[in-house]
Amino acid sequence: MIYNIIILSLREIKRNLLRSILTTLGIVIGVASVVMIVTLGEGTKIQVETEISKLGSTMMTISPGTRRHRGASQSAKPFDIKDVEAIRRESSFISDVAPLSMKRLLVIYGNENRRSQVAGTDKHFTDVRSWALSSGRNFSYAEEASGKSVCIIGETIRKELYKSSNFLGTNLRIGKISCQVIGLLESKGEVMFSGDQDDIVVVPLKFFQRRISGNDDINQIYASSINEYMLQDAKQEIELIMNERRPQRDGTESRYSVRAVQEMSAAFQGTSAVMTAFLSAIAAISLLVGGIGIMNIMLVSVTERTREIGIRMAIGAREREVLLQFLIESSMLSLFGGIIGIILGLLGALVIAPLMDIPVIIQLDLIIFVFIFSALVGVVFGFVPAKRASQLDPIDALRHE
Amino acid sequence: MGTLNSLEKGESVPVINFNSVSKVYGMGENKIKALNNTSFTINKGEFVAIMGSSGSGKSTAMNILGCLDTCTTGDYLFKGFNVKSLTRDQRALLRRHYLGFVFQGFNLLARTTSLENLELPLIYRRIDKEKRRTLALSALKKVGLEDRINHTASELSGGQQQRVAIARAIVTNPSLLLADEPTGNLDSSKSIEIMELLKELNKTTGLTIVLVTHEDDMAAYAKRKIIFKDGQIISDKLN
Repeated sequence: MIYNIIILSLREIKRNLLRSILTTLGIVIGVASVVMIVTLGEGTKIQVETEISKLGSTMMTISPGTRRHRGASQSAKPFDIKDVEAIRRESSFISDVAPLSMKRLLVIYGNENRRSQVAGTDKHFTDVRSWALSSGRNFSYAEEASGKSVCIIGETIRKELYKSSNFLGTNLRIGKISCQVIGLLESKGEVMFSGDQDDIVVVPLKFFQRRISGNDDINQIYASSINEYMLQDAKQEIELIMNERRPQRDGTESRYSVRAVQEMSAAFQGTSAVMTAFLSAIAAISLLVGGIGIMNIMLVSVTERTREIGIRMAIGAREREVLLQFLIESSMLSLFGGIIGIILGLLGALVIAPLMDIPVIIQLDLIIFVFIFSALVGVVFGFVPAKRASQLDPIDALRHE
Repeated sequence: MGTLNSLEKGESVPVINFNSVSKVYGMGENKIKALNNTSFTINKGEFVAIMGSSGSGKSTAMNILGCLDTCTTGDYLFKGFNVKSLTRDQRALLRRHYLGFVFQGFNLLARTTSLENLELPLIYRRIDKEKRRTLALSALKKVGLEDRINHTASELSGGQQQRVAIARAIVTNPSLLLADEPTGNLDSSKSIEIMELLKELNKTTGLTIVLVTHEDDMAAYAKRKIIFKDGQIISDKLN
């Protein structure tokens, strides 16, 4: 019987096709926006997680703080190699430490050139950043100690300047200084917080200090904890060591800051989760409005079809069969709306995700939930009109003009 | 609905037995007695015209006969079964299985083909698709509209619409056909066609027909004529 009633309901929907489409529009828009927003939200979350793993989930950066000098804010005194050595020597929760001095310089090979980030550091840099070499080798102790003119290049440099795989042993010019390429870093791609990671030339710190910056300063220190769970302990440890090494002279100076990459992204993720929840709530309201739209049209439909209901009753339809027919009609409407909404929402996400540079994560549980929910909207909002239809008196209904 | 199955055996009892039936509308001072202590019986195979001016109680009698309404006092036995004791849904089932209706306004479903209109009562009887089609086609043939299967109501003339309505009423092979002013919306030549059709159905299939009309010409097609006035029967005789 239920199959037959579904057939009858489908006939009714088909008979008023334009009105059916307009009725479901509210549901379509509501469902499409929920599906799209949640899908994009999930994509953003996954993206941020990927970023963290690219930057290293155990990584921290230690930077000199700022100090106030006669009202103006200035950078505090940079680190020197002794700070790096102290952390390396005195810490127990930290697996690797690397100094880092950076400068953006013109890098030239043959006829090609490019402004890239030049980083002076040591061989621990690759460990701290969990960044493997795809070919060649890391700096040797002798190269570091003597500040030899060797370098390791990033994938972007290889691609832009060499356009081939013959780069090992060639001489790359950094500004006016030439250095020999000994290795290539694996590609990390774009990272949300710091741009193209692969646009980099890594040189020994001593080489950088002597030939590029001309001083013994270290701009930043990278450190990584033994594992993710020791991140907080490692951070405290660094603070203890640095407090001792950089005593505070007055209250206006912030001597250094330690920041874990994970904390930055956690903050970002929190914001993004709140946004997703907020937008979903708005979308849910539009679903509610869609449901009310269905109720409205079903009520109109019951009034308009009073005579038809009378005919059905005279022919022998029972209350429950009339009720069921109208309920099925309204849930079919909302279900169709739901299905179309899911498709449109996913299509929307597929179009927008590449613009936002995030992956599209199709969540089956979301789709099933939305599907069931949209059917329920039809049942809930269709009930009052359906009940009204089933309670009509056949004699009055047949007489209705 | 086990109790209704016993109706199948009641071939010997009258199809309709009105036993001191009264119908009262309203309460207290506004009380209107639409039917006042009416009694009559109609046997299987009869073709009865119920006549009377408006307000005579003939429509009320029709609603009670059609199990759309129940009487206030007295008993209405349909094939020996007391309709008064049935619930709303049980009366719906009784209509589904034993009654066919033809109305003045045709009452076909709008934007629905003849075939779909005929399928409707069969769907409620849970008859499968193949059988529905066979039955619907044979009923359309009986009313001479086998070439109008896929026409919707708006594509048919008034006479044709009423013939589709008659086909819908007889497609379930009912025990009783109730026709409420079936020619009221038709011109005289079409009216004659419809009455001839009803007469033919009564003659060939032995279908019991109760016709409500206020036109003597139409009542003349019936075998028996019951006249109502002020809620009471004033005349009941064979044509």
